[in-house]
Amino acid sequence: MQVKQQKSIKEIDEVIKKYHETGGLIRILQKTQEIYGYLSEETQIYIAKKLNMPMSEVNGVVTFYSLFSTKPKGKYTIGVCLGTACYVKGANEIMKKLKQTLEIDEGETSADKMFTLIATRCIGACGLAPVITIGDDVHGRLNVEDVPKILEKYQNSPEKNYNTPNNHIK
Amino acid sequence: MGKEIIRIEIDDIQIDTEQGTTILEAAFKAGIEIPSLCYLKEINEIGACRVCVVEIEGVKALQASCVYPITHSIRVFTNTERVRKARKRVVELLLSEHNRECTTCIRNLNCELQNVADNLGIRDIRVTGERKSYDLQTENPFIARDYNKCISCRRCQAICSTIQEVNIYAPLNRGMDTLIAPAFMRDLGDTNCITCGQCVIACPTASIAAKEDIQDVWAALEDEDKYVVVQTAPSIQVTLGEMFGMETGTIVTGKLAAALRHMGFKKVFPTDLSADLTIMEEAHELIERLKGNGKLPLLSSCCPAWVKFAEHFYPQLLEHLSSCKSPHEMFGALIKTYYAKKEGIDPKKIVSVAVMPCTAKKYEASRPEMGCEGYRDIDYVVTTRELGRMIRQAGIHFRNLQDELYDMPFGVSSGAGAIFGATGGVIEAAVRSAYAILNQRNSEMGLIDFEELRGQRGVKEAKVNLGDKTIKVAIAHGTGNARIILDRILQGDHYDYVEIMGCPGGCVGGGGQPILGRRDYKRISLDYRHNRADSLYKIDMHSQLRQSHNNPDVKRLYAEFLGKPLGEKSKKLLHTTYTPRGSYF
Repeated sequence: MQVKQQKSIKEIDEVIKKYHETGGLIRILQKTQEIYGYLSEETQIYIAKKLNMPMSEVNGVVTFYSLFSTKPKGKYTIGVCLGTACYVKGANEIMKKLKQTLEIDEGETSADKMFTLIATRCIGACGLAPVITIGDDVHGRLNVEDVPKILEKYQNSPEKNYNTPNNHIK
Repeated sequence: MGKEIIRIEIDDIQIDTEQGTTILEAAFKAGIEIPSLCYLKEINEIGACRVCVVEIEGVKALQASCVYPITHSIRVFTNTERVRKARKRVVELLLSEHNRECTTCIRNLNCELQNVADNLGIRDIRVTGERKSYDLQTENPFIARDYNKCISCRRCQAICSTIQEVNIYAPLNRGMDTLIAPAFMRDLGDTNCITCGQCVIACPTASIAAKEDIQDVWAALEDEDKYVVVQTAPSIQVTLGEMFGMETGTIVTGKLAAALRHMGFKKVFPTDLSADLTIMEEAHELIERLKGNGKLPLLSSCCPAWVKFAEHFYPQLLEHLSSCKSPHEMFGALIKTYYAKKEGIDPKKIVSVAVMPCTAKKYEASRPEMGCEGYRDIDYVVTTRELGRMIRQAGIHFRNLQDELYDMPFGVSSGAGAIFGATGGVIEAAVRSAYAILNQRNSEMGLIDFEELRGQRGVKEAKVNLGDKTIKVAIAHGTGNARIILDRILQGDHYDYVEIMGCPGGCVGGGGQPILGRRDYKRISLDYRHNRADSLYKIDMHSQLRQSHNNPDVKRLYAEFLGKPLGEKSKKLLHTTYTPRGSYF
């Protein structure tokens, strides 16, 4: 763990070095979140110090953008589109089923640290409504019954960490 | 070259104004008050609250007058049905989510939101906003935070960032959840806040308010077993009157002493006396350092907000800081030792109260090193505002009080002690005495007014002749200005003696001073501070005694108890140490 920590601090230092000149705080935070999965207080303080920026300013940016998470996230982030099209096609039922199956509420992470569940606004895939995103994948035209099957697929997959929130639109 | 003058019309009044002036300022000069909440002249001009909207002929939407610069001739209307309606709606929306417990609020009758609501005649709030319920943050000795009363005007953020350059506050979260708060919404006591209290003064509501020690002081006064002694900082005598509707800068020294005696304090002393004492110690420290014993420049240490600022942001300069405690702490140390012994009072029974213009002194009094022989130097610090409230609670007609004098044996103070309350005052006082000490004679120096050291310029520099030596001095007030001088020192610029005050204007602009938020004399910038300072210089000018080293009470103190400046007893009781604290938390 210690070794991993040191390794990732080195990575963050590189990220800071790369984007510091151009004043890229958001970039640095984004890349750091990719490394750690979230932005803890310690991480934010570390970045503020390195950039010689007020702590309040860094924390202000982190809390402003929904892209950033200050809590650890699961391996996969499930985004349930609650845009109008998805909503009328029953997205609410899908959300309910996910909550039930994972035994968590919106914004929370499942006990096995596999999934974090969030509601999103329209993701622009209305033709596939109702839509959910899991990591980079988009699952459309869903029925409530599909939910357990889909989750199972991820639970059994040894895939890489998809935890880069909101990067499903490429 | 002057700016172009433009003739505009506001509410059918012709006004000639400089190009670039905002409509709000131009209207103010013409005697038209446009209501505002987020506006602080030259500090927070961001058009956030939308209360100051006006109609401009030919412009479709209403415009925020605080951020609308005049570039050409325009016709403005500040009092139309449309404008009144819009302002009303804006304030209604603010009120719909505001904690409206006005009657029990610390800013009741002195609240800008309350004033604006009343001026606009809001009698009915037609919408119900979502009421947030945040816990009060009171985990520190100086400032309490109530997010339920925040209107997100950002004035705290602006003053902390632009004037003080401490940057505690930022907008956190977004939309309806936005809060102007320290990072991670921490209690101010858990941040690198310097406790100056400028945010308290800037806040239009009671979202940020100094903590009160009033109840504890009343309890001590009631306790027959206690001997309650009080001291008043030099600036209190020129600001307390404002709490009772008197003009800014009214001198109320005699009434102040009288009121405190009426309230039941056994002895009433002027902190001005220990300011004289501070000068004796600090002037000798300066002389020692000029001889090569210790680091130059000597940085003054009588402002606890500045001291904490140095501990956080300039730890490499802590060795330059004078080791003198601030005057009220020095006084506190003497009261429980010298005075207790002299008067035959058990120091355990003494409760030492200090009336200070300052929230940082509440913090300072809580510092573990501020005590000696097992006693706290100061038990309670109350601000000018708190004292005003206590006088009201006691039912004292302050304006009608007969003047009284301070108590012996510390009742005499010099004009040099009085000007401690204004920026530049400490150096001026110290120079008067240092000259005399160095040249071993009383000089004309004390009678000279050092005009170049006075005034409200943020950074002042001067060369001062001390007989054989000419020293370079610098003065800064407001920690943003302090950074300018401190950075010059770090770059290698030479100074001998530097005075820094945490608050703009020095103590007269302190975070514990009356807040001029009342409708009849609301002030929306820092420009009332010179009135208060002028009064201190007036006190000095009319003072028989204008040099600290000539104060007979101070002389007696050294003869009977302390020995000599920087002597063993002085070092133990009157001096302190500092701790580097790191610029992040």
